[in-house]
Amino acid sequence: MVKILNVKNLEKTYFSGSKSLNILKDISFSVEAQETFAIVGPSGSGKTTLLGLCAGLDRPNSGVLELCGTDISKLSEDQRAKLRNEKVGFIFQDFQLLPTLTALENVAVPLELQGDKKAIVNATSLLEKVGLGNRLDHYPSQLSGGEQQRVALARAFSNKPDILFADEPTGNLDTETGDKVINLLFDLNKEIGTTLVIVTHNIELAQKTNHILKLKGGSVVENIKLT
Amino acid sequence: MVDITKTSKTSLGWLFKMAWRDGKASWKKLTLFMASIVLGIAAVVSIQSFSYNLKNNIALQSKAIMGSDFKIDTDKTPNENLLHIIDSLGGANAQEISFSSMAIFPNKASSKFVQVRGIKGDFPFYGTLETEPKSSAYNYQKKETALVDATVMLQLGLNVGDTIKIGKTKLNIGGALKSIPGSSSLFSAIAPPVVIPYSYIEKSGLVQIGSRLDYEFYFVAKPETDFEYLDNILDDKLDTVDADLDIHTSTSRRLGRRYNNFAKFINLVAFIALLLGCIGIASAVHIYIKEKLRSVAILKCIGASKKQTFLIYLIQIVFIGLLGGVLGTSLGIILQQLFPIILEGLLPVDVEITLAPQAIIMGLLLGLFMSVLFALYPLIGTIYISPLQALRIQENNNSNTKIGGLLILSAIFIFIFIFAYWLLKDLKYALGFLIGLIVTFSILGGIANGLMKLIKKFFPHSWGFIARTSLLNLFRPQNQTLILIVTIGVGTFLISTLYFSKNILLSQASIESKTDNANMILLDIQNNQNEAVTNTILKNNHPVISSIPIVTMSIHSISGRTVNEIRQDSTSTIRGWVLSHEFRVSYRDSLTSSETVSSGVFTPNAKPNSIIPISISDNFAENAKVTIGDKITFNVQGVLMNTEIGSIRTVDWSQMQVNFNVLFPKGVLEKAPQFKVLSTYVPNEKASAYLQQELVTMFPNISILDLRQLLSVIEKLLNKIGWIINFMAFFSILTGIVVLIGTLRNSKHQRVRESVILRTLGAKKNQILKIVALEYTFLAIIGSLTGILLSLISSQLLALLVFKAPFLPSIVPFVILLPGITLLVLIIGVSNSRSVITKTPLEVLRKEKG
Repeated sequence: MVKILNVKNLEKTYFSGSKSLNILKDISFSVEAQETFAIVGPSGSGKTTLLGLCAGLDRPNSGVLELCGTDISKLSEDQRAKLRNEKVGFIFQDFQLLPTLTALENVAVPLELQGDKKAIVNATSLLEKVGLGNRLDHYPSQLSGGEQQRVALARAFSNKPDILFADEPTGNLDTETGDKVINLLFDLNKEIGTTLVIVTHNIELAQKTNHILKLKGGSVVENIKLT
Repeated sequence: MVDITKTSKTSLGWLFKMAWRDGKASWKKLTLFMASIVLGIAAVVSIQSFSYNLKNNIALQSKAIMGSDFKIDTDKTPNENLLHIIDSLGGANAQEISFSSMAIFPNKASSKFVQVRGIKGDFPFYGTLETEPKSSAYNYQKKETALVDATVMLQLGLNVGDTIKIGKTKLNIGGALKSIPGSSSLFSAIAPPVVIPYSYIEKSGLVQIGSRLDYEFYFVAKPETDFEYLDNILDDKLDTVDADLDIHTSTSRRLGRRYNNFAKFINLVAFIALLLGCIGIASAVHIYIKEKLRSVAILKCIGASKKQTFLIYLIQIVFIGLLGGVLGTSLGIILQQLFPIILEGLLPVDVEITLAPQAIIMGLLLGLFMSVLFALYPLIGTIYISPLQALRIQENNNSNTKIGGLLILSAIFIFIFIFAYWLLKDLKYALGFLIGLIVTFSILGGIANGLMKLIKKFFPHSWGFIARTSLLNLFRPQNQTLILIVTIGVGTFLISTLYFSKNILLSQASIESKTDNANMILLDIQNNQNEAVTNTILKNNHPVISSIPIVTMSIHSISGRTVNEIRQDSTSTIRGWVLSHEFRVSYRDSLTSSETVSSGVFTPNAKPNSIIPISISDNFAENAKVTIGDKITFNVQGVLMNTEIGSIRTVDWSQMQVNFNVLFPKGVLEKAPQFKVLSTYVPNEKASAYLQQELVTMFPNISILDLRQLLSVIEKLLNKIGWIINFMAFFSILTGIVVLIGTLRNSKHQRVRESVILRTLGAKKNQILKIVALEYTFLAIIGSLTGILLSLISSQLLALLVFKAPFLPSIVPFVILLPGITLLVLIIGVSNSRSVITKTPLEVLRKEKG
């Protein structure tokens, strides 16, 4: 199988004045295309930082980080932005919708960034697919948490990403709504053939994936392939 | 594979679309930001386009103001040499002798102090001699009648055909004079013009020693005349015969200069209004962008580039700047229509308001330029924000931001400097304003930072919950101490400086009427008339409050060199008028309130058999190039008197007092031929009319100034100036308030979330209100108090360096501005938190999140 994400000896340290905080230590793993992958671990273990680095939101201090065949540690911020726009999708714990844009506009933005002339049409059909066809012109503040996360799902899949990163996608939702969102996430994933990388506390959710990476104190403690 | 060498390129159209989408949901937050631009620009555009129109009108009407192309004037009886020069120019086209005198109207048994203008020839050649009936303008010379100022005719109930008596001569009134070139409405209010045929001047018998006459020769030039050349060849020649050349263009320049101090002030107002606007933009955009940073991080997460996110918000700012520019310029154009109405009677010309292209273009560009420039500093934050912030909050301490910030700050200072120079046309003032502002900002910033450190270090842990929470708000993360103290401080500083400047300017023009309460001044009383005039005043039961002796004299020699020797010395820098002027000199043993000795010692009484110590004014010293200890010999009507300069006085000529260039001590001139200026107090109009009538009948050469009339005329004019100054100052204050409201409205989001959490945890409405109120009160008091204290220093400097007038500190900013601004900040601050109290915490949190 093709490796869509390849991480070798990754280190990340944050500096605050004269103090340094080593968040990730010597992390190595890889994710195969169309695989579902979970990163689990206690709070403060470096899960979200690892997700951010893998998605190209920041650069590691050392190590190799290949995303979709490109060593992203050598790219500029704008080059990483282009890569994210074309190959990567995101889902955040607190949805991170643009508050001043309607649901439809939020979903259309990644498509518009690619220059898609049919951005609005495609975004509408995606929102219909997640059951929000009647909420197109609503602003995020006018939607419930579950609805907001569904808009975020539609946005994440709008550019048909090769790989989708989800940071605690159900963390802000009740169990019932969370389950619905997870089912939708896996359905869309299957339909589009995306690789899915999820950061979660939820063991049940992690067990739905093919591959689990356990972190503790910034280091990998377990790397389990389930199937 | 993705071609990562190219970054994502979307059309400009998408950027506009995004700017619009985002902007339409945030327009409320941007309204006040725009209001501060609108007000600032309106002030600049209205003042600039009015100045443009005034200058243009003065230039266009310069010939009409003078009535001819050029004129030669002198206050001495024209001698052979002068007449020879006039002949060499082909002779004057018209001639005039003018003087101030009392005119008697026997039919109405009344009299009036007037400006008599005896005219020969078809003056005016430009502009109009407007009369009622119209025909009298053409035939008053032929019919030997007088044209009397239309207002005087109305006031005294005079009719065409009534008699006017000037000195010994009597004429019939041929018409009411509505306007004539050469008479400004300001001077006309004091001495209204009366035009009579030239030949009657001699007949009046008022042309005698001691009379103050002006001789004018008017010329019409050929179209090809080079006035500059004419000025070059005539100036020196005319100087030797004590005459001046006045060309219509220089008249317009002089008229323009007369409004200099006034113009300086209103330009200062415009500058301050605009600066307040700029502060408004900077603080509003700072908070606006701060709230947008999360959206920027999300946009970057989903693939937008640095440039794209930066441009989305830049487009919004550009659009608002342009819209603000258009609205501000339009408001400015409307406002300037008001100026001629308010200033009616103050201006030398009828100002026809037209659109001033320069001011309009400037207004539009300014809106755009100042918005972008002052928004850039917060805007660059969008470039350096990491997309990782969508996942976690991270302190943005990128050194690139600091370098970018420094560059923008430098650009802002350069802009302020260039703009101040453009408005004030003076490098020194522009630099002074810039340094003043930098110092003010630094001090306020220093105070804010110092305060935070101080509270942190000496935190009163024993205080109650409310006071502790308010104090905590001042220094913990997300605090608004720096931005609010600087905004409130600079705003108060500018408004308070404006208030003090306004006072300096108004007091400069005020009338000193308290010293002796005199309300009538009698001029030109000859020595032999003094006793009779005094007796007449006393007989009518009025007091003689002061009697100022005046002796006329001219300079014979300065430091041993005679006037003729100095004239022949081509290297001499002594001004020509000093050598030929007939000085009106007084003697006394004390100084008046409008005089201060700037160097030397004032000698009250002369000692016998020693050189006479005189006191001279500083402008005389400058023009005659003399200083303490220099010797001057005066020719006092044939007798030479040796004097030595004992002191130099600074004289405030703007005070309504009889002031002198040269002042002798007592004990020297008492016996010299002299005339007197007497002052008295008359209780009412009837008594005044009766006394004037009696004196003018007995002594036609005496001029009587009824100060009650004069005071009311000047008071009216001062009121007009005061009104416009107050109006413009109000404009700036309004901008300041809008800026304050804008900043506070925008800062509201900082506090609402915390207040909601406190409420959720069980805090009472009252407690939340008290916490918020204490924080804002504290910030407002520190900010405004510092601003007022700093304005005391800046106003002192303005008084000293710009207005050259004494500074009058006042308690008003402390008792009105300080509590006023504190209250305003408090009201806005507390009303911001109203939603926390009236709505449920959940409702507020959801809204704030949106």
